[in-house]
Amino acid sequence: MSHPIRVLIAKPGLDGHDRGAKVIARALRDAGMEVIYTGLRQTPEQIVEAAIQEDVACIGLSCLSGAHGHLFPQVVQLLKEKNAADILVVGGGVIPDDDIPALKASGISEIFTPGTSTAVAVEYIRNNVRK
Amino acid sequence: MYGNDLSPLLSQEVLDLLGGVMGGERRGLAKAISYVENSPAHSRPLIAHLYHHQALGKALVVGITGPPGGGKSTLTSFLVKHLRATGATVGVILVDPSSPFTGGAFLGDRVRMAHSNSDPGVFIRSMGTRGHLGGLSLATQDTVLLMDAYGVDFVFIETVGIGQSETDIVRTADITIVITVPGLGDEIQVNKAGIMEIGDIFVVNKADLDGAERVVTEINVMLDMAPRLGNAPNLRPPVLRTVANRDRGVAELWATLQERLQQFAEIGELALRRERRLWQSVLGSVQFQIEQQLSPVLAQQRSGILSRIAEGSSSPFEEAKHILQIIERK
Repeated sequence: MSHPIRVLIAKPGLDGHDRGAKVIARALRDAGMEVIYTGLRQTPEQIVEAAIQEDVACIGLSCLSGAHGHLFPQVVQLLKEKNAADILVVGGGVIPDDDIPALKASGISEIFTPGTSTAVAVEYIRNNVRK
Repeated sequence: MYGNDLSPLLSQEVLDLLGGVMGGERRGLAKAISYVENSPAHSRPLIAHLYHHQALGKALVVGITGPPGGGKSTLTSFLVKHLRATGATVGVILVDPSSPFTGGAFLGDRVRMAHSNSDPGVFIRSMGTRGHLGGLSLATQDTVLLMDAYGVDFVFIETVGIGQSETDIVRTADITIVITVPGLGDEIQVNKAGIMEIGDIFVVNKADLDGAERVVTEINVMLDMAPRLGNAPNLRPPVLRTVANRDRGVAELWATLQERLQQFAEIGELALRRERRLWQSVLGSVQFQIEQQLSPVLAQQRSGILSRIAEGSSSPFEEAKHILQIIERK
């Protein structure tokens, strides 16, 4: 039976710019997904714990503070420690192109930078979550 | 007595889920909730085994309902804080509406619960209504059972933001808190049937706003005229004031809630409500299984039925009798 894809949208770190996270959350909702929005200033531990309780198939991380290189890989690492590495992790925000290879190597599946159409992110998540 | 009939139906997947829930594993509980949400029919053996293991009935179930933006999530989050200070554990179910157009949902209640995200004594689950009206989702009742079996002391259920008639929560909770706020209308609204009848405790939140005292008075007047619980004529629902986002009045609410639950237990009201709820589950299961049996027959007979009625040789009533005869012959 088909059922909605569940996605957690989270903002790790200390910046308060949640416009992008809300836009993507809304786009995913309109694409028929169940979006759990956790709000600002979440630690990687809080994000991973929420993702496990909510049994999501995907975590979308948004960060505009420049701390992505520190925070995103921590989320992936904690998921591994909790036997939840099957959860797809994607990221977005003002992320320099030079940083993307290292993020991907750390286990972030895809990075969406400013200007990406929301449709691209929707399609990516739909095609890459565990079935 | 049906234990032997059910056992063969338990696949390894279901056994693992059952083990995870009963063993108090967080990911196990989370997966089991998804299972009952996504596969209402196939998950029946899992739920059946919770009854067989006598794993149910320990958790006290608290319903929290009220209009959108009334402060349900904020109040719930501070209630959880006071509850956790006593060492008790809690499962929280947050229900928000699903889109009738896309099936998608924006489940935003967790924002208010952020400080409990990594507390091992709190398990929070957001749910979309997935087309169900009445203020809850179809899987809410099963989720209560799973959290109970998992071992929490309390289950809090926050309904969708409701209007006047979404009263499913009374059939699911042991006790119901109705939250309202100033500015929603005059005493005419308070006297309408529906949600104003289901509160065991009333809370006027945002009590620092203009008009709060008037709402308190209106609810009190309404309650003075309301019939009392049959076996507890003195248990009139209290009306409390809170300013949830500043944690004002929430300690009093938590104290009142515990006291009321204690009184409900003493006078037999709790047992009565649980018996009623169990009977509702039995009726619901009967209905569900009949529908499961009926739907293929109905699909098969549809065009014949419609054309017979169109020709004037039959009627909906006669066709219903005919359908029941087909089911009986099976």
